[in-house]
Amino acid sequence: MPPPPEAKAADGKPRPRPKVRRSSALGRPISAAEFIGIATAVFVGLGLAWWLVTALELIGPLFLPPPRAVVARLVALAASGDLAEDMRVSVYRITVGFLISTVCAVPIGIVIGCYSRWEAAIEPLVDFIRYMPVVAFVPLTIVWIGIDDGQKFLIIWIGTFFQQVLLVMDNVKSVPRDFVNLGRTLEMSEAKILLRIVLPSAMPAIWDSLRISLGWAWTWLVVAELVAATSGLGHRINTSIRFFQVDTMFGYLLLLGVLGLATDQTMKLAHRRLFRYLRDR
Amino acid sequence: MARPKLVIRGLGKTYRTDRGEVVALAGVDLDVGENEFVALVGTSGCGKSTLLSIVAGLESMDQGVVTIDDEPITAPGLDRGVVFQSYTLLPWLTAEGNVAFALAAAGCKASKVREIAREQLALVGLDGFEEAYPNELSGGMKQRVAIARALSYRPRMLLMDEPFGALDALTRHHMQELLTRIWERHRLTVLFITHDVEEAVYLSDRVAVMSNRPGCIKTLVPIDLARPRRYELLSTPEFQRLHRTVLDSIREESIQVAQLGRALER
Repeated sequence: MPPPPEAKAADGKPRPRPKVRRSSALGRPISAAEFIGIATAVFVGLGLAWWLVTALELIGPLFLPPPRAVVARLVALAASGDLAEDMRVSVYRITVGFLISTVCAVPIGIVIGCYSRWEAAIEPLVDFIRYMPVVAFVPLTIVWIGIDDGQKFLIIWIGTFFQQVLLVMDNVKSVPRDFVNLGRTLEMSEAKILLRIVLPSAMPAIWDSLRISLGWAWTWLVVAELVAATSGLGHRINTSIRFFQVDTMFGYLLLLGVLGLATDQTMKLAHRRLFRYLRDR
Repeated sequence: MARPKLVIRGLGKTYRTDRGEVVALAGVDLDVGENEFVALVGTSGCGKSTLLSIVAGLESMDQGVVTIDDEPITAPGLDRGVVFQSYTLLPWLTAEGNVAFALAAAGCKASKVREIAREQLALVGLDGFEEAYPNELSGGMKQRVAIARALSYRPRMLLMDEPFGALDALTRHHMQELLTRIWERHRLTVLFITHDVEEAVYLSDRVAVMSNRPGCIKTLVPIDLARPRRYELLSTPEFQRLHRTVLDSIREESIQVAQLGRALER
């Protein structure tokens, strides 16, 4: 076959050869090592910036305590056992509160995702309550049930349950219609279709929804503990304000970040383990 | 002649939408004999998939009757195996697990499930892929598992809704050959929906051409080509003639639709 005639522009001159461009980075995956490397570098960089700013005394220690002071304070709190106790109390509260919320939200989300009548009955109501600020419920819940752990569970529940219901509903709605039809052609009962087809099919997405809502639950827990509590991470932050212990506040904020990051990464890891079958060839 | 396996009489279906009523099917009459392979072809949107859904019991009908072995259809059932156009393998189950899932739902004895599932996968040439998850299988392989799954619980007939529609041309040809071979060996009653005329003529004993809006059976073309059929058949004059007959019949429909479209633009 003869070579194709060279492309010519309208004026007869040969077209300039298009520049060889590097392939776009858009959507291109990177290796796990590179990912961790970049993520770590960002943390280290921010830490160094923090150290530099305080070492040069650009910002006073009352506004931004030096890393050394924060670490020393955390070490002292850890040695006295206060840190472990604060964490134990808060982790217990979020675990129970989040579990109650999840146990309520998943079945309801599945039902309203599958049955339009239930959706009509529940979805607008959930939306209505969802837009009420959780913070505004704090005084009310104190009036209702005091400042015990129960009130913390309630605040976490109010803050996460309504969001979870809607997320799970959407997850269930994206289950392919033909998966349900398959169950029907196999003469499976509706309960079996829900349990053995819809639930496992939506499970990876539901797991992600739970991971995201767990992050919000941490916020609501600390809010509840800041306002009224006698223990917990939020309580410690609140009392440290009274003595201008900015290093304690900073230490605990960092600790909350670390706890959040750890739970999030654990959930992600569990997702990969639980849903291995989603991996490509 | 013995009474046909599947009998459709005066079937009608109307959808109510915001813009008014759409008559999808009207006065559909069709018989499928015992162990007969009937392909239903038509332009897209002619209602052929709706017809299959009604036979499967997944959609309701407004008029007419559909019977299998003289029993009217009211709901989906294990007497009809369905292969869907979309991939419907459950992603958390292996190939074998997917077949076993159907067998268990059909009430197969637990001790037998594994053996039958493996047998069925071997039938579609997937021995060695029992432990593979759907994500690890190609499109053609997924549909082969879906066929194995639909056949596993021995339904009285197989309903296939454009099962090869999403596959590339080469894979589609392989799948057609495979299906022909299975059919010739095991003899089943099949209602097969497609818009691929070549596929319809190659696979079936009779091709039913559907008209557009409202959909009804316009022509029935008997495909009297000898079996076993192999792919060389496609280039023979007899095949070309039948292909042409069916294609002409469909073309009339699509031309009508096109003219209607132009008339609406004016």
